[in-house]
Amino acid sequence: MNKVFPDAKAALDGLVFDGMTIMAGGFGLCGIPENSIAALHDTGVKGLTVISNNCGVDGFGLGVLLDAKQIKKMVSSYVGENKEFERQYLEGELELEFNPQGTLAERIRAGGAGIPGFFTKTGVGTLIAEGKEHREFDGETFIMETGLTADVAIVKAWKADPQGNLMFRKTARNFNPMMATAGKITIAEVEEIVGLGELDPDQIHTPGIFVQRIVKGEFEKRIEQRTIREREEA
Amino acid sequence: MAWTRDEMAARAALELEDGFYVNLGIGIPTLVANHIPDGIDVTLQSENGMLGMGPFPYDDEVDADLINAGKQTITELRRTSYFSSADSFAMIRGGHIDLSILGAMEISEEGDIANWMIPGKLVKGMGGAMDLVAGVKRVVVIMDHANKRGEPKLLKECSLPLTGKNCVHRIITTLGVFDVKDDGLELIELAPGATLDLIKEQTEAKYTVSDRLVSHETA
Repeated sequence: MNKVFPDAKAALDGLVFDGMTIMAGGFGLCGIPENSIAALHDTGVKGLTVISNNCGVDGFGLGVLLDAKQIKKMVSSYVGENKEFERQYLEGELELEFNPQGTLAERIRAGGAGIPGFFTKTGVGTLIAEGKEHREFDGETFIMETGLTADVAIVKAWKADPQGNLMFRKTARNFNPMMATAGKITIAEVEEIVGLGELDPDQIHTPGIFVQRIVKGEFEKRIEQRTIREREEA
Repeated sequence: MAWTRDEMAARAALELEDGFYVNLGIGIPTLVANHIPDGIDVTLQSENGMLGMGPFPYDDEVDADLINAGKQTITELRRTSYFSSADSFAMIRGGHIDLSILGAMEISEEGDIANWMIPGKLVKGMGGAMDLVAGVKRVVVIMDHANKRGEPKLLKECSLPLTGKNCVHRIITTLGVFDVKDDGLELIELAPGATLDLIKEQTEAKYTVSDRLVSHETA
C-alpha cells in the first residue's frame, strides 16, 4: 500500500467535507503543516472545527482559513496573535473553546489512545471547571476532561520513510505526535522522505501506524519573534 | 523608590536552588534567567517541548524550529532534550518541575491567582498557565504591587476569573516579598525605599508583618 502522495491537494482528496473536524499541529508558527493548510484553503471547505494550540497569524498558518471564513469553531489554548480572529470572535462569527494547554495536549493524547476521559487538577476552581464532573482522589479535587479525535489530523514532521515513520526536529515537534494518533486519517507533511531503512528504528518519534498519507512539502517556516543577541567584540 | 522589573527578577532568582528544573513565564519572569546566581545550576523548561533552554541565538544561528513558549528564537545547550507537548505537560502536571515563576494581575490572600482573562476585553487564552499553577511544586509570582491607578493587586478575593486556587507560595512585588500562609499573607521583605505605611495603603489582602522582616537597602 502506497502512503506517499504527490502533494497536499492529492493527500486531502476524498477526505474533505463541510463541518468536519481538523487537528492541526504546531506551536505558534513552529512546526505547522503549511502545505495542508494551504490545500485545505483551496478546497473551499466550510464550517470547520479546528483543534490547534493557536490559530496562526493574520494571513499565515491557520490565519488563511480564518481570513476565508472557513472556520466555524476553534479549540485552542492561546489565540492572541491574530486581529482577524479577534474581529470574527467579537462579531460572533466564530466559536471558541479555550483549553489549558496541558489539558489540550492530554485530551488529544487520550483521544488517540482510545481513552474517553480522564481527571486532572488543572482548572479546578476556575471557569474551565464549570459543568464538569468533579471527583476526589486522596483528598484532592480533580475535574473530568474528555478525549479528542478528529476526522483528519494534519501534522508536520522533519523526515518520514515510506511507511509513515516520522522524526520531528527540535521544538517543531510540540502537538504533532499526539495529533498523529488522534486523526481518523493523518496526513504528515515532511521536509524529506527517505528510503526504507534510512531512519534508525530507535530514533523514530511517531510509528507509521498512525500516519496514512505522506507528502513532501515546501516550507516557509516563518518566525514570529526573531530574537537575537549581539556577538561580543573579540 | 521600589524595585524595578529587573530588580524584582534578580530577587526572584534567589528562589532558584541547585539542580532545580524551572519554568519561567513570559514577560518579567523571563528576565530571571539573566540573574541565576553563581554556583547554582538550573535547567529551564519551555512548555512547547524543551528542557535546557539556552540564550537567544546569534544572527546566523536563528532556527525557525527552535523557539520558546513566548515564540522567541532561542538556542539549545549540551544538556537539552526535546519532547512533545504531552510529555512537556506530564512534567508540569505530574509535579516534576520544581519552580514556576510567573506574572499575575491579581492574587488573593489565600494564594488564588488571576492572570489570564479580563472580562469584556479580548480573551487571548490561558496557554499553559493553569497547568503550571496546578502542577508545579512551588509557584512564585512577580508583579507590580498596585495597578496603574494605584489600586491594590493583592486582594481579599480576586475580582478577575481565576487561573488557579490556593496555589501561589510567594509573591515578589515592586514593594516587597510576601509568603502565602494558612491565615493570609506574611510580609517578609521590604524593597528599598518601601515603607510599612506604603504597603498598608496599597494592599487590600489580610497580611501580617514577619518579626524577621528584612529591609533591603538602596543599592
